[in-house]
Order: sequence, then structure tokens, then C-alpha cells
Amino acid sequence: MPERTVVIASRTGLHARPAKIFTEAAARQTTPVRIRVGDGKPVPANSILAVLALGATHGTQVTLDADGPGADAALDALAELLSRDLDAD
Amino acid sequence: MHETTVTGENTSPGESRTLRGLGVSPGGAAGPVCRMAGPPRLPDPATVPPDDRAAELRTAERALRETSAALSALAAKAAEPSAREILEAQSLIAADPGLSDMVGDNVGAGMTAAHAIAAACAHHREALLAVGGYIAERAADLDDIGNRAIAAALGLPMPGVPDPGHPFVLVAEDLSPADTATLDPAMVLALVTEKGGPTSHTAILARARGLPAVVACPDAAALEDGEMVAVDGVLGEVRTAVGEDEAAAIRRRAAGERERLQASGGPGRTADGHPVKLLLNIGSAADLESGFSAEGVGLFRTEFLFLDRREAPGLDEQVAAYEAVFRALPGDRVIVRTLDAGTDKPLPFLTLPDEINPALGIRGLRVDRVRPGVLDTQLDAIAAAARSSGVRPWVMAPMVTTVAEATAFARMARARGITDVGAMVEVPAAALRADRLLAELDFLSIGTNDLSQYTCAADRQHGELADLLDPWQPALLRLIAECAAAGERAGKPVGVCGEAAADPLLAAVLVGLGVTSLSMSAPGIPAVRESLAGRTLEECREAARSALEADDPAEARRSLRGDH
Repeated sequence: MPERTVVIASRTGLHARPAKIFTEAAARQTTPVRIRVGDGKPVPANSILAVLALGATHGTQVTLDADGPGADAALDALAELLSRDLDAD
Repeated sequence: MHETTVTGENTSPGESRTLRGLGVSPGGAAGPVCRMAGPPRLPDPATVPPDDRAAELRTAERALRETSAALSALAAKAAEPSAREILEAQSLIAADPGLSDMVGDNVGAGMTAAHAIAAACAHHREALLAVGGYIAERAADLDDIGNRAIAAALGLPMPGVPDPGHPFVLVAEDLSPADTATLDPAMVLALVTEKGGPTSHTAILARARGLPAVVACPDAAALEDGEMVAVDGVLGEVRTAVGEDEAAAIRRRAAGERERLQASGGPGRTADGHPVKLLLNIGSAADLESGFSAEGVGLFRTEFLFLDRREAPGLDEQVAAYEAVFRALPGDRVIVRTLDAGTDKPLPFLTLPDEINPALGIRGLRVDRVRPGVLDTQLDAIAAAARSSGVRPWVMAPMVTTVAEATAFARMARARGITDVGAMVEVPAAALRADRLLAELDFLSIGTNDLSQYTCAADRQHGELADLLDPWQPALLRLIAECAAAGERAGKPVGVCGEAAADPLLAAVLVGLGVTSLSMSAPGIPAVRESLAGRTLEECREAARSALEADDPAEARRSLRGDH
């Protein structure tokens, strides 16, 4: 399954505003994307509750995965988002 | 006291009752009561027959959709960006597929829509709490969302701040962060809550917005929509059956007062010129952007850098954050408080073990016993930021209890070139040894919120014990007097940086006790400056004497009110 591993760049981590931007973007993808921290259980990237519960902070390495048509494009778009400081936008 | 209950569209003065609570944000206001609808009551659980579950699922899904839409509409109307973001995130959570899946499973198992929503919200609430730290604070959002969705499922009005279309006095059991985020400053005249204490969320918000507020007023439960009341945020009184003319006069007076205060400026001093530094409590450089004039920073809380962190912030990051504050200073003084963490203010990277009684456990300076190194790095960073910005910060440690702790901390700070070293006085043991502490240190700063919790053995968050947390408690004032007297003998400054400093009447008492600086959030400063300017030092001393001699806080307040 295609995967992307990326380090959270947002200063406040993956919650508040960055979590909202990320889950909204995930919901717009045509393919379901999952996100996990390390070897943890993957959770749906379009669920803000699941994403918040990851507790990913600035500098945490997370892995995105997706399967099916458009998976690579979806992963690239979301990985790009996480590698930016979304608090600064 | 009269027991007449006035209800409905009352516009003429009838028999008036005075309800007493705790005044936590000064100012006067008058207007009609508007009550906030409380959380909906869940009916007894019942099993939905299999044939009806599809319809029950539609009810549950509609409730979640309506909740998400209502929150989104509130977000669009929110005046402040921070409020808007909270509400947008809540709207997104209400629409979360993970939440609706779990609600669907619950309905499938035979729960009613309301119970299915309650159980799913409770589950996710626990999941966020388990993450700890900053994320755990979002758990309260699930309560708000759950209450709204349950109300929608039951066909009840959605809880939250009412919108009657005219200015009103908001009366509630208590206010949640989401409620306060949606307060429209043009509509809300004052806040009255049945619960809450001087350091509750409601109190802090009211002071930040300059809204008169009375909390811990249990009799407010009997106030009804439309009743005309007058609110006195200094005395902590709510008077009923106020006539339209009187209400208009109170509003005019309050507006005049606000205008006069906004125009005030300059250093703090009594009528006869005795100087009292008026300082700011801040959490980061962002708090220095307000337009209120102050003479420096009396409490720079450094926790913000450490919240929501799995690892301690590095030296360079800390240096940059402290430098930003030092360079943005409004005056010549800045007092930095080293990290005040503990299991009551959990910081994930410290991985402190859970304690049964966190307020009495490893917190403040005590963290250095079990996690040495964190304080060393912080002091290194403060010293480096001082050198690079050319500012000479004063540095103090929280929760100092013994002289030995003070001595050890002073040695650590001075070894790094920090010349002005002090301690927060929050523990009665420290107040009782103020003379000896000042032999080792350069200044003291009294944290009245914690000092009252420890003096009266009453949890700061305990709504039923708010009267014990009243900063006018004579026993608390006695301890403050000890510290101030020790300061006068040593010729060293003793300030107050708790919420008590922002109470204009109490500020005069504190100055009378010998306190040399008062530190508070920005909106409190003009009223305190004004209060001090209206009294001579001797009058402040007289006020301090009567406050110390009073048997209870109400008597102390009344005796002082009379002299102004």
C-alpha cells in the first residue's frame, strides 16, 4: 500500500487549527486516507477526533497510507500539508 | 431581606431583594435577566424495538447535523478569531464520521438517539483525556457538543448563550469556554453565575472583557427571564426589582466610569504620591499588545512554551521566546516566573506520576527534585535572553516553601548572572518565614490564588467553597501583612500578582498593608490606578486595619465601601 512518512511541522502540533485544516483536506480526497504515529493503529485521516487522539506534536513523525485510484495524489497533497507550519498560514 | 419574587415583564420598582455572591469583576450594570438554558436531562434509558431503529438512526443523524450547522453559524458570528476557531473545530467534531459511526452502532444495539449520542461523546471524551496535556482540554468540547446534540434529538432548545435581541444580564449555573467564546460584548451587560469562584473561567473572562460579574451566587437560580436586576461586581450583589429609570441611571454611570478609566494613565500612586507599581500578568509576548499602560511585567508565566510538548523545549527555542518578551516590554521591570508545572497542570514531557492530591504534590519548584535539568536549562535560557536583549529580568520560583529551597534557587540563578532573585509566596509556610526568605532573596511576590487555597484548605476549583477562596478573608490578609512587613523591614519589594490585585478596593487594602507593586491582567489596571489615586497612604493603612479586624469578607468590604 502506498505510504508517506512526514514530520509534523506545525508549531502547535496536529491539533487546533492544523488538525482542522488537515482533516478537512483529507475529507476532500477521493480515496480514504489513514494516518498513524510510528507502529500505532492507523486511524481515518478525515476524523478530527481520531486525529486529535493521536497526540502528534511538533516534530512527531507520522505515516499516511491509502489504497486505490488516486492514492498517490491524495498522499502527496496531505503529506505536503503536514510538512508546512499550518499555524503560520 | 424581602422574599418577594418579581417575575415577568417587570418595569416598575417593587419590593427588592438583594442576592449575595462573590464580586469577581468590578463595575456596575443593570438590565433584564436572560437565563442560559442548562444542559438537557437524559430520559431513562429504554431499548428501541428493532423495527423502530431506522427511524431512531435518522433522528440521531439529524441531531448531529443540526448541531454541526448551529456551531458553524455561531462561528460565523463570533467576533474574536480565537472564539471562531473553537466553534469551527466543534462544528467539525459534531460532523466527525468517527462520532456518527459510533452513534450508528449504538442505535443499532437498541439505544435511543439521545443515549447513543451521549455514550459516543463520552467515549471520545475519554479518548482525548487519555492523551493528556493540551488535547485533554478539548474534552470539554465533547460535553458541549453532546449537550447540543442530545437537546436536538429530544426536540429541546439548544443550550448555550441566549440571543433575545436586546442587551441583557446573563444568568447561568456556570459558563463553559464555548459559552464565553460566543458572548457578544454589545449584548451582555454583566454575568451572574450560581457556581464558580474567584479563579473560575467565568471570572477570568469577565475581567479580561471588563464585564461586571458576580459568581458563587446560589440564589441566582431563582432569577427569571425578564426580571430587571442591578449587578454590583465590586460588592458581589445582585439587586432585583430595579425600575427602568434607575437601570438607565446605573448604565449611564457605568458608561461614564468606563470612559473616565480608559482615559487614565501614568504610574500608580496614592493621592499623596506614594508610588505603587502597576504591572501586567502575561503568558507570552502576544499579551503585550494591549493598549493599557503599565509600568512593566509583574508575572511572566513561562508555561506556554512547555504546554503541549512531548519533549522539553530546547535552549535556543526558550531564549528566542524570552527575548521576544524582553524586547516588547512596556516598562522597565519584568519578573519571570520559572516553570510552574505539576500534576494539576500536567506537562507530558515531565511524565510526572499521577498523584492522589496534586495540589499538595510535586508542583512548582518541587519539580526540580524529580526532574533536575529542566530548571537549569530554563535559567540558562533566561540569562542568555537577558544578555542578548540588554534587559535585566527579575526571576522568581513558584511554590517555594522553605528557606533552604529559596537559598538553593537563589544560588542557581545567581550563578548564571541573574542579579534579582525572588520567590512566589503561595504556601503559608513561606509567608510565615518571609523575614528569613528575604535574607536570602531580593523580592517576594504573593500569589493570592494559591495562598488562599492553602490558607483556607479549599480547592481553587471547588464551586461550593468559593466563600473560603475570597481574597478578602482576614486570615489571608494577615499572611500578606506578614510578608509586606518583612519587606518594609528589609527594604525589599513585596508585590501581589494574584487576581486579588485587580480588585480596586482590595488593591487599596494591599497598599495599606505595605505591598509595593500590584500585578494583574491589562483590563484591571485603570480601575486600580483610579482607586489608589483617590486615597492617601494613611487612608489605605486605615482600610487595611479595618479589613484585618473584620470577621468576614463581606464586613471588610462594606467597611471600606463606606469610606470611598
